[in-house]
Amino acid sequence: MEAIILQILNGLDKGSAYALIALGLTLIFGTLGVVNFAHGAIFMIGAFCAVTLQRMLSASKSFIDETQTDFLGNPKKVEVPYLHDWFGPEVGQSIIEWSVPLAILFAIPIMMFVGYAMERGLIKHFYKRPHADQILVTFGLAIVLQEVIKAFYGANPIPTPAPPAFTGAFDFGALLGFDPNTIIYPYWRLIYFAFAALVITSVFAFLQFTTFGMVVRAGMADRETVGLLGIDIDKRFTMMFAIAAVVAGLAGVMYTPINSPNYHMGMDFLVLSFVVVVVGGMGSLPGAVLAGFLLGVLESFASMAVVIDLVPGINQIIIYLVAIVILLTRPRGLMGRRGVMED
Amino acid sequence: MSKSNFTRRGLLKTSVAAGGALAMPTIFSPSWADGHAGFTNAPQGSTVTLGFNVPQSGPYADEGADELRAYELAVEHLNGGGDGGMINTFSSKTLDGTGILGKKVEYVTGDTQTKSDAARASARSMIEKDGAVMITGGSSSGVAVAVQALCQEAGIIFMAGLTHSNDTTGKDRKANGFRHFFNSYMSGAALAPVLANAYGKDRKAYHLTADYNWGYTTEEAVTQATEAVGWETVNTVKTPLTQTDFSSYIAPVLQTDADVLVLNHYGGNMVNSLTNAVQFGLRDKQVNGKNFEIVVPLYSRLMARGAGANVKGIFGSTNWHWSLTDEGSKAFVQSFGTKYGFPPSQAAHTCYVQTMLYADAVNRAGSFNPCAVVEALEGFEFDGLGNGPTLYRAEDHQCFKDVLVVKGKENPTSEFDLLEIVEITPRAQVEYAPDHPQMGGAAATLGSCNPGA
Repeated sequence: MEAIILQILNGLDKGSAYALIALGLTLIFGTLGVVNFAHGAIFMIGAFCAVTLQRMLSASKSFIDETQTDFLGNPKKVEVPYLHDWFGPEVGQSIIEWSVPLAILFAIPIMMFVGYAMERGLIKHFYKRPHADQILVTFGLAIVLQEVIKAFYGANPIPTPAPPAFTGAFDFGALLGFDPNTIIYPYWRLIYFAFAALVITSVFAFLQFTTFGMVVRAGMADRETVGLLGIDIDKRFTMMFAIAAVVAGLAGVMYTPINSPNYHMGMDFLVLSFVVVVVGGMGSLPGAVLAGFLLGVLESFASMAVVIDLVPGINQIIIYLVAIVILLTRPRGLMGRRGVMED
Repeated sequence: MSKSNFTRRGLLKTSVAAGGALAMPTIFSPSWADGHAGFTNAPQGSTVTLGFNVPQSGPYADEGADELRAYELAVEHLNGGGDGGMINTFSSKTLDGTGILGKKVEYVTGDTQTKSDAARASARSMIEKDGAVMITGGSSSGVAVAVQALCQEAGIIFMAGLTHSNDTTGKDRKANGFRHFFNSYMSGAALAPVLANAYGKDRKAYHLTADYNWGYTTEEAVTQATEAVGWETVNTVKTPLTQTDFSSYIAPVLQTDADVLVLNHYGGNMVNSLTNAVQFGLRDKQVNGKNFEIVVPLYSRLMARGAGANVKGIFGSTNWHWSLTDEGSKAFVQSFGTKYGFPPSQAAHTCYVQTMLYADAVNRAGSFNPCAVVEALEGFEFDGLGNGPTLYRAEDHQCFKDVLVVKGKENPTSEFDLLEIVEITPRAQVEYAPDHPQMGGAAATLGSCNPGA
């Protein structure tokens, strides 16, 4: 029982990342009709916003300390962060350690700009082109973006830890009446799940309860009619692209303490997120969220040793197996709308 | 009346021969034989070309970049530049800064991308188009085994870079291939006694293993070595090589009575699985009345930086470390550090050493002929290259030397100062028979040296 609870927690946590990326993907597809293979790269850029802020906050002045030597035996160059100077070592270090939560604020305008520039600068030229062209150009863009990041930050993962207050794990076992230490779950992963829930709820509320959201939903249903009513739907869709980039970017920022970011982390999530969108139903926002959590939980269960012993290799194919079964029984996905990608 | 020799049978024979020659893969084509002296890519003129095949893109690009730095340094030293580095400490004294056999050393590079197909393609290109007489480098056992087989077919010497799987000089050993780096068996043999000493002999280990060749041989080596000192193996679980989040593999460990987690992961996999394991509080856990421990059999200092503070106190093994104080290591660190501003990685070290060993073998053999080089390297004993007295064993072309058992440093003084040496395990403790079952048994043979051409 403890193992099952743990894997459900793991699944919800993985599903959070899948759902956040897939939500943005399907939002772009539903509004602009573009299959955006650069969406994984946007997630990665979000993660590197956290890395960048961490480096900015750690900016240091250096001086030669004659009492210490470096690896060559020369006097050592010692670096002291400016924040230590300005606010004292304790407060300064605390600010640096809180770089990931602070990066949320840092990332929002950057990701909005990245999304806006990407849509206006490149993707709008491909609206009327076949989906194959869109896939090729956005995939190419993803490769360019990750190579740019690699050129600046290198290929190795870069540790970006959570604030010390959020390291460690919560003992669910004691809370639920099981033996202590049998169901423990890292604090940051719980925060990630809560954060994902908040972002998803906010996006839905924005679309459901604001005039802007109402126009966007109308545009998703019938773009031409909305245009004929004198509404500049293109501008609103561009804004939606920027919002989708912010959602993926924030997912990336918050993911950095879970796994140290590297330049190809976007590609690692991209294919899975597409499967999530297809399983959820192309263009369906609730479908993307539902499929994200469903596939996350199933993937976690398939990773259990007892399951692998029963069906060897199931952990590597479960997502695709489920996708095949769902598409065979529900060709439009779990919550797909009639007419989407069917022309 | 003139008599023609042009017969129908002759035409058929000629056509078949011509067709066969055209259909033959380029690798066997006579183009290699241009100006050859009985072997492939015999150097002409006053230069010799070496091929450095390293990951320049992909997740191991930083490790590849460090390998390339070491190769460039080695070429500089071979050609008489810089401070000479380990040429000054090498026990063999044939290298004098005049290149190899008096020929100036030039080099070409290839990008393995850490993919076997790409690595073979880049090696093939360097052999066919650039005339490389030796191929070296790499950061993966899959790549090493694939490129080694290609070099064997082509009649080129392969001096492996970073490859740790038993198979490279075990079941997949080749006469034209040589490995300086240590292997999974040696890691297990060196680590087990240290682990037993630190954590006790009554331990239960749970293994997470990368689902590919290197993972299998490391799991086998570490389980056998730790079971030999009294440990019990509770479970072994394979994890996909593409896995990034290991939480669903680590959480089940909590449900077992295992008190040690062995992460048979390398590179990005190791960084992520170790980070995830620490997040789940495994290091703060008590099981069977003992502290829960984590072990990483193969450390890469370069990649361990990605795991940050999570490596503190965690045991592993490594081929070489820049903090060694022997004359060879000091000379290499001085050269490398002065040129590049930071200490070299173990990948850089093994690549530099392999280049020096090849150059020296050619000088001693008096020929670039691969078979002469093989003969010069087989059974060669040397010192002064950073690992103490070392033997290139003739039976499997594996270097035998001391192995370093290391531990993540509790209080690092710099970003390079991540590992501390716990023990230098003597060579005798990590030696094994050439036909050891982990190395492919009696069926594993080198085959014959192939000079190509």
